[in-house]
Order: sequence, then C-alpha cells, then structure tokens
Amino acid sequence: MSRELTYAQAIREAIALAMERDERVFLFGEDVGIYGGAFGVTDGLLDRFGPERVRDTPISEAVLAGVATGAAMTGMRPILEIQFMDFITLSMEQLVLQAAKLRFMLGGKVNIPFVLRTPAGAGTGAAAQHSESLENWFVHVPGIKVVMPSTPADAKGLLLGAIEDPNPVIFVEHKLLYRTKGPVPEGYTPIPLSQTEVKREGGDLTVVATSLMVARALEAAETLAQEGIQLEVVDPRTLKPLDEQPIIDSVKKTGRVLIVHEACKTGGYGGELAAIIAGSEAFDYLDAPIRRLAGLDMPVPYNRELERRMVPQVEDIVDAARKLVREGI
Amino acid sequence: MDDQTEKTSSPEQAQAPPSDEFAGLSPDSLREALRRMLLIRAFEETAEQLYFQGLIHGTMHLSIGQEGSAVGSIWALRPEDYILSTHRGHGHSIAKGAKPSLMMAEFLAKETGYCRGRGGSMHIADVETGNLGANGIVGGGIPLAAGVGVSIQMQKLDRVVMVFFGDGAANEGAFHESLNLASIWDLPVVYLCENNQYAMSMSVRRSMNIEDISQRACAYGIPGVSVDGNDFLAVYRAAKEAVDRARRGEGPTLIEAKTYRWKGHSRSDKQRYRTKEEVQEWQARDPIRRLAERMMAQGWLDEAAFQALQADVDREIQEAVRFAQESPEPDPATILEGVYA
Repeated sequence: MSRELTYAQAIREAIALAMERDERVFLFGEDVGIYGGAFGVTDGLLDRFGPERVRDTPISEAVLAGVATGAAMTGMRPILEIQFMDFITLSMEQLVLQAAKLRFMLGGKVNIPFVLRTPAGAGTGAAAQHSESLENWFVHVPGIKVVMPSTPADAKGLLLGAIEDPNPVIFVEHKLLYRTKGPVPEGYTPIPLSQTEVKREGGDLTVVATSLMVARALEAAETLAQEGIQLEVVDPRTLKPLDEQPIIDSVKKTGRVLIVHEACKTGGYGGELAAIIAGSEAFDYLDAPIRRLAGLDMPVPYNRELERRMVPQVEDIVDAARKLVREGI
Repeated sequence: MDDQTEKTSSPEQAQAPPSDEFAGLSPDSLREALRRMLLIRAFEETAEQLYFQGLIHGTMHLSIGQEGSAVGSIWALRPEDYILSTHRGHGHSIAKGAKPSLMMAEFLAKETGYCRGRGGSMHIADVETGNLGANGIVGGGIPLAAGVGVSIQMQKLDRVVMVFFGDGAANEGAFHESLNLASIWDLPVVYLCENNQYAMSMSVRRSMNIEDISQRACAYGIPGVSVDGNDFLAVYRAAKEAVDRARRGEGPTLIEAKTYRWKGHSRSDKQRYRTKEEVQEWQARDPIRRLAERMMAQGWLDEAAFQALQADVDREIQEAVRFAQESPEPDPATILEGVYA
C-alpha cells in the first residue's frame, strides 16, 4: 500500500521508523528539535522521541561530525542533520580525515555507520553561501557513500537503506524537492544503496540526472514526447558506489546520452559519468558525443533570473536533448 | 589499572598527606605502572633504532620523556574505558594494554600488526583494549571523544573516554566546540592535554597568552587542573578525580599535564627552537626515575628489582621485534580491504 507524501514527510517517516525499530538510532543537529529543522523535516520528532534521541545542538559543525563518527564507532547509529550543505565545509576535517578513513587506518576493525542528511541546491534566493551542491567532493573521498534521492519514495527507502548501511553516508536532499509529492510505500521499506533506477523508459536518448534534475528531466521528457522524441531518464540515486550497468545498458539502447546535474560542471559528477560511459561497452553504440548540462562555474547568484540561469532548467534539458537527437550534437 | 578499592583524591590535595603519598595505589600496582613506563621507553628506543636501520619507513613521533603522563592518566581507567590518542601515541597504547609485538608488527607494516600494516605508527589502535586509535591530525580525536561520550551516555554504559591531545591541539577550533558540547551534555569525557611545550617548533609561550592551558576550562564551566606531567602520582590523582567525576555523570574535566619530549618532533626535526640545556633540565626530571626513587624511598623497590624490571621489558621488546620481523607482509590482493564495510 502506498499513499501520497511529500519528500519532507517521507524523510521524516523514515527517521521515525528507524528510531522505532532500533534504539541505537538517534537524530541530532542544529534546530532539529523544538524548531523542527530549518526546513521542517524533523517536525514533531522531538515530541515523539524525547530530547535524548532528538538532540538540538550548538552551532558547532566540526564537533557534530565528530559526534557522528565517535558514536558510530562505539555502537550507535547516528543521523546528523547539517542545516545547509554549504555548512558541511565546517565539518570537512572530521568527515574526510576521520569518518572516511578510520575504518581503513584501523585495519578494518571498526564500522562507522552514520547518516549525514543535508539539504543542497539553489532556487530559494538564499545566494552563494546557502545554495551549494557539493556532493562530488564526497564522491572523491573513498570510505564515504553518497546518496541523492529524487522522489519521495526514494527519499524514504534510501534513507532507511542508508541508516542500515555500515558506512558513513552523505544523504543529499534538495530544498526544492521537500514539498514535491509522490506515492510512498507504507511500512519499513528500505531500498539498498547502489541501485540505479530507470525512471522513464524511452528509445531516443538517455538522460542521466541526479536529484532535482531527475524531476526536470521527466518534465522535459513529457514535452519532447509530444514531438515524438522519447527520453529514457536514468537516476543513479547512489552516486557512490555507483551501480553502473543500468546506465551503460541504457546508452547501448539509445546511442545518445545527456548528463544533467545542478552542481558546477567543472570537476562535477558528470565528468565521472561521461568517463564511465566512454570507457564501457556502450562506447561502440554512441551515435553522438556525450553531453553534459550542469551548473555554471560560479557562485550561486541572488538575483532571481541570474540564479535561474545558473542551474539547468526544463527548457535547457529540452533544448539540449532535442539537439542531440535531431542534430547529433 | 584502577583497583577500585582506594579512596578518591582531589587535585586540590597537591600536598597529599603522607599516608596518601601513593594515592592509594598498592605496591604491585605501582610496580606494574613502572614496568609499563619502562616498556614504553624501551619500545620507542628500539623503534628509533629500527628506523635508523631502515627497517621502519615513513615517520614516527616519539614520546620519550612523557611516560609519566601517559601511564599516570591511564592508570585511573578501567579496562573497558576508552581512549583516543595522538600522533605521539605509542605510550598511550602500551599504557592501555596494547601488545608490543602487535605494535611492532604494525611499525614494520606487517599483516599481523594492529592495523594490518595499513596504519603505521600514527594510527595504532587496539579496539579490544578500548584504544580507539591514535590520530594523525592535531586535535583530530577531540571531536570524536564527544561522540564516544554520547555513545556511552545513551547506552548507559559504566565507562568513560579519555582523549589525549597536545598543547598545539588546544589552539584548534574543534577543541572549543568539543569542550563546550561535552559540558552542556555532561558527557563522560576526560580531556587530557599533554603540554610538552612545543607544537613542532612553536613554543606555548609564543602560541598562547595564558600560563596554564587548564585555565581554558573555565570558559566551558568545567573543572580544569594543571599538574606536573612528569610526576606519575600527580597525574594519576588528577586523572582519578576526573574519571570518577565523569563516571558519576557529572561531566568532563580538562587536565593539563606539563611535560616534555626529549626527542625531536619527528624524524625531520633539527631542533633549532630549543637549547641542549633546556632538554637536559627536563631529562633531570625523568618521570621513570622519579617514580622509581619514590618507591625505593618507601622500601617498595630496590635497585636490583628495578634492573630486573628493565631486563624483563627489554626481553619483551626483543621478542616483539622478532615476532614483527617474522610476520608476513600484507597480500597485495587485499589492498582494498577495509575501505568500506
């Protein structure tokens, strides 16, 4: 059975289910308690689970990442909310040099099972220090997993999957998705990490998109379907470790691929995807160059129109997809 | 280790009554503490020789001269308590009960080492004895300690965590965040700052404008105490008080143990920042010799027994070297093991 929930409600439901099921799971972060989280995601959880398991914290991102790591290595299953992904910069030492490496450095003798949830993305008029998409920084750090759900159902299932995972997981939520609705299965329904999903089937062009860009690619697919162009929209869901084969299979089928993400293009995840596709058996099936559509290489601007132009929009995906299919460029 | 039977002492009792001169520790416990200090020194002296012989690569940070603070503080812990250590952490590991053989195997990068040859000197951990690992980042363990404290608190374990760091780490921002959080949540953490006077070449006189690092405790509303780190018993007393307080659920304490490293920061150190005279002054305050002499004055040790302890640890270290040398290297086929669970 499923019913309609928002992305934010789906995340809240996953946290509550995990906390009911496993007393080692606890939630902490800035304003996650009384305030209900800066985006309301954790609203009501304090009343339900009490202040020991839903902990408001001081504004101390460095030690919060240390708390997640230290508690995880001694038997707990922490969920840390970092209020904006931009603020993760203040946690970097503990995440990159401790959480990611301790297991390896210690000869595999500890597990570090925690989830760091954080809202990323532009589109809220919050300008350059509250709009970043920094997921690829963590893709580059061995020892950490990176998850980016694009739908309410994935948000719930993948968060449960992330909480079950024995590794540190960076769970990147998108602010503009929090209010989007979709069918979400009831009950405890974890989705294992590293399962790429084809979100829409089509034969003319593969669009590999992440997070909010999946929704935009699906909208673009609707528009292009009216022109007789069929997009296949593929969502990696877990960026690291990546389930590559469904992407490769899709490109083999369509012969064309457009990669779309919101983060800045240079050094972004799209480059990795392009290299994986170009180095795979899909290479021989390509009828057109591998194209990337991504955020401009710039800080996120405040002005509404500039902010819009910085990030791929539905019409940008429509244009790029049409060009690839019609003109092969 | 803590033998549970003694009465508690407080750091204010710097002038302890004669009856409490040994802080309630039994002669056997003191002899074992002394042996542990000798073991640390023998381990490090041997490791240094092996480095010069090219048998150990990379780098290492020796704690020779700081054995009093390592053993004195850990003597206040129980086996199930946790520690988090530093890049200068060989002493903490041995004090907490790590086996020199498995440590030496790690130094020689062998599969049998504590970290399967993946960590080396800077990352020695022994999870079974509650040693959650040395850390290559100055102050890197300080935030982790708060997490371990939360874990102990939420699981209602009768444990504490002691985190070691140096004077340099006390200037890291994470120090502030961790002490504040531990204070507001009453976490069972003992912050043990081993002030060995230099953060690499930067003297504490040049890096901070306070006399005692423990003064910083008042900023967090927690007790802070500075002790002579080369006096095993002074360190033990302060640690015992802090550990007892943490165990009672009354929260963290900051202890500063003033000590000195006899050797350079690491293998690259030309020691331009200090004089030979200064080093000699501190060597005259050798923590091992000081404890031994106090025990001799009490009639709990004589020179022959001291020499026997020394011979015993030398044998143990030679055995550790033999074990390490005979151990296999990691199999390259296992290179990726341990990155993910």
